[in-house]
Amino acid sequence: MAILTLTIDDQPVSGTETETLLEVARQHGIEIPTLCHLDGLTDVGACRLCLVEIEGASRLQPACTTRLQEGMVVRTNTERLQRYRRTIVEMLASEGNHHCAVCVSNNHCELQDLAYTVGLQYVRVPYLYPAKTLDATHKDFVIDRDRCILCSRCVRVCHEVEGAHTWDIAGRGIGCEIISDLKQPWGQSTTCTSCGKCVLVCPTGALFEKGATVAEMEKRTEFLRYIVNARQRREWNPDLLHEE
Amino acid sequence: MKPRLATVWLGGCSGCHMSFLDMDERLIELASKVEVVFSPIADVKTFPADVDVTLVEGAVSTVEHEEMASLIRRRSRFVVSFGDCATTGNVTAMRNRFSPDEILHRAYVELADGDPTVPSEFTTIAKLLPKARPLHEFVRVDAFLHGCPPTADEIWLAVSSLVEGRIPELPNVYQRYG
Amino acid sequence: MTVEELHELADRERERQAGVRHRVLYCSAAGCVSCGSHATRDAFKAAFTRRGLTESEVVGTGCMGLCGQGPLVKIHDDGVLYERVDAGLAHRIVDEHLVEGRPVAEHQLDAASPFFASQVKIVLENCGRIDATRIEEYIAVGGYEALARAVAELKPQEVVEEVRKSGLRGRGGAGYPTGLKWDIARKAPAEQKYVICNADEGDPGAFMDRSVLEGDPHRVLEGMAIAGYAIGASQGYIYVRAEYPLAIERLKLAIRQAERHGVLGSRIFESGFHFRIDLRIGAGAFVCGEETALIRSIQGRRGRPQPRPPYPSERGLFGAPTVINNVETLANIAPILRHGSAWFAALGTPRSPGTKVFALAGKIRRTGLIEVPMGIPLRRIIFEIGGGTPEGTEFKAAQTGGPSGGCIPAEHLDLPVDYEALATVGSIMGSGGLIVMDSTSNMVDVARFFMEFSRDESCGKCAPCRVGTVHMHDLLRKIARGRATADDVALLEELCETVKETSLCGLGQSAPNPVLSTLRFFRAEYDALLGPVEVFTPSNPLARGRGPGGS
Repeated sequence: MAILTLTIDDQPVSGTETETLLEVARQHGIEIPTLCHLDGLTDVGACRLCLVEIEGASRLQPACTTRLQEGMVVRTNTERLQRYRRTIVEMLASEGNHHCAVCVSNNHCELQDLAYTVGLQYVRVPYLYPAKTLDATHKDFVIDRDRCILCSRCVRVCHEVEGAHTWDIAGRGIGCEIISDLKQPWGQSTTCTSCGKCVLVCPTGALFEKGATVAEMEKRTEFLRYIVNARQRREWNPDLLHEE
Repeated sequence: MKPRLATVWLGGCSGCHMSFLDMDERLIELASKVEVVFSPIADVKTFPADVDVTLVEGAVSTVEHEEMASLIRRRSRFVVSFGDCATTGNVTAMRNRFSPDEILHRAYVELADGDPTVPSEFTTIAKLLPKARPLHEFVRVDAFLHGCPPTADEIWLAVSSLVEGRIPELPNVYQRYG
Repeated sequence: MTVEELHELADRERERQAGVRHRVLYCSAAGCVSCGSHATRDAFKAAFTRRGLTESEVVGTGCMGLCGQGPLVKIHDDGVLYERVDAGLAHRIVDEHLVEGRPVAEHQLDAASPFFASQVKIVLENCGRIDATRIEEYIAVGGYEALARAVAELKPQEVVEEVRKSGLRGRGGAGYPTGLKWDIARKAPAEQKYVICNADEGDPGAFMDRSVLEGDPHRVLEGMAIAGYAIGASQGYIYVRAEYPLAIERLKLAIRQAERHGVLGSRIFESGFHFRIDLRIGAGAFVCGEETALIRSIQGRRGRPQPRPPYPSERGLFGAPTVINNVETLANIAPILRHGSAWFAALGTPRSPGTKVFALAGKIRRTGLIEVPMGIPLRRIIFEIGGGTPEGTEFKAAQTGGPSGGCIPAEHLDLPVDYEALATVGSIMGSGGLIVMDSTSNMVDVARFFMEFSRDESCGKCAPCRVGTVHMHDLLRKIARGRATADDVALLEELCETVKETSLCGLGQSAPNPVLSTLRFFRAEYDALLGPVEVFTPSNPLARGRGPGGS
């Protein structure tokens, strides 16, 4: 495969045409904030935090879904992008009920970390304080939609990796919410395998294990890489393993 | 004449003020630098004019708070959101999913030990706003102290800077929610 | 069917029509139907019976244009057009006009008046002229000849070239060159390709596409089949919103007729070209007018946009190269092939050739459906064709592009209507909604109305649009209620910029346009509603010289 060379933040970098700007930037130590992206899941370009400037492009492009092109000149951290990212984080903070001080994921939350990354002093838009619901009917886990930022990682991991497709999104616009099956209580879901992958990939405290209290719910997303790699290499196939 | 400092307690748990007191011996130094003209820990009934720095703890939760916020703004050179409730609504805003009537009914009727009656607004309790909201949604705020509560060190750094007329530039470690 | 058979069919129908004694055309599009044109039809029929006028017919046609003055009726014999024809008037027209030869003057519309004379009809040429429920009438006016010629005489590449040379640009709003789109799809290597007709017209006040589908559905089918031939697709879909039941009914009928006559289906005009068209009914989500969301909706998935690239012409429906064109764009295809690209390119302006259909609405005397050459000054549309604003009011602004467009003030009335010129004043061509505002209109409320629409129609996938439209709407409401300050307007402007620049699809990217354009041209209306910002007020400003910030 041909090696492409391009410039990200004045730094010459290289990669292949199947790689995204985000992958290549991270390989070269250039940090671009993300939220809906997670290594191992299909990218949807929804959170808009990884938008970058590409010379000659009429619009900002999400680094997570943009493939490399020879000679691209990319900027990932201009004053304008910083401003937009801060505003987007403000919007995300305002649309939920994020009471960090009493949240299970306090200090282990990607939204909280992002607020620090973008230097969010305060949220200028009024908080919407929506009336969201909580579902604690599952025997092991809880979904608290107050803390959900609709990144859809849970939906994707359940569909793409676990193959259960218990989660999906209902409603539209600001009324969107994550639902289990056809909006049945999670505990009554006939598709959920209780694998807990959704809980582990959730960037906030929206999905958590029962029994966790304030600041106790630490998420670990690395497992996903292992599963996806193993699947790609077919590591569960004993014959193949034997050959190696 | 020393800079005039006020601290105000709106819809919060007073934890931020406790943290203020946690400045311990630095309070003595602070006392020599400023004149505390209004505070829940000082016996002053009305918010005075010409205050230089006002720290506001808590969310704006009642009609009284809303009026107070406006008064503070007009009478203070610097208004500071003091802690997470003033900055984000935080725990105080957790009541927002219920209506004021539901909340009062829960507190004074369902959970009452005796005499299950909601006090009339003319007697003892302030009229709740439909939602508890952060201070900056009502008035312009000049600086924000984060944390639930902000640490004594953070308060010290911020107040020291403010009384000298500067908006504090706090190290990143103090920029936190929760 | 062969080309010869097509011509025979056309001749037969023309002969049949010539043999009809009186031919009365009444508008059977949704607008006139809603003001009683079915009763008018029945009255004409009764009058014919009463007067013994056998061999006369009453024909329902598509939109005649002057929707505010319906039901409209046209006497085919001599071309006289009547407005507000109720049952009583129908009898009078038969008695006085058809029998005695004296047209009913007080209801007669002047065909030489600017409303009609300033228009150039290509897309709407058959609307109000033929019975949309009979393929024979479409064929009699030259229908399916362009398809026949393309299939028999032109290579796919030549068809694409003809469309490219015509300069036709997408009429859905963005104005992307149609020929280029087709060329990318034609060159894309794939066994299966698709043609989609986007009939998910959703802008408030817009009904151009509906009128074409109701009044001349075969023209759209023909355009799609030509597109299919040009790019190498054998399957087309029309994505039409469920709120257009009459259009759906007519399309279903038209597809059946076209298949029966062999102009759709297998071996079209006895060639090796196969093309089928199926309908897909949208469930009323505005965002499904966005092409990637529309494609997902056809696939049976949630109608949510996808990041582009890849563009549908490379990877679209079911992953196959897909041409997706708006109704009006496809309606232009047959005339381009019939009259040639040079004819089309000479219409309108060099960069925006052809015509544009507009739905005129709002504070204007003559509301309705019009088709004008591109580049015509806005002033002529509003004052000549539309007759200006109602008595006693003054023109304030014209809104184009619906929730994605902007408000154009009086000082830009001489702007030529084309894609680039409208963009220079912060609006867009859009799909053709044109709403006129007069001195009684409140521009902050106009912006709020459109933002409410965008908020309600946001799909919720990307954060800036999902949340930003809510906040922008709330701020506009706060301003409208007189509770905002200059700080709120500054915040509103910043939100507008962020949502415009960072949203995933066109819905979010253009949702701030009504706000930005009203702020640009009518800022005084915003400012008049603002209250003071509370600030520090020293008790004695002169005495204060100490403390922070003081000395």
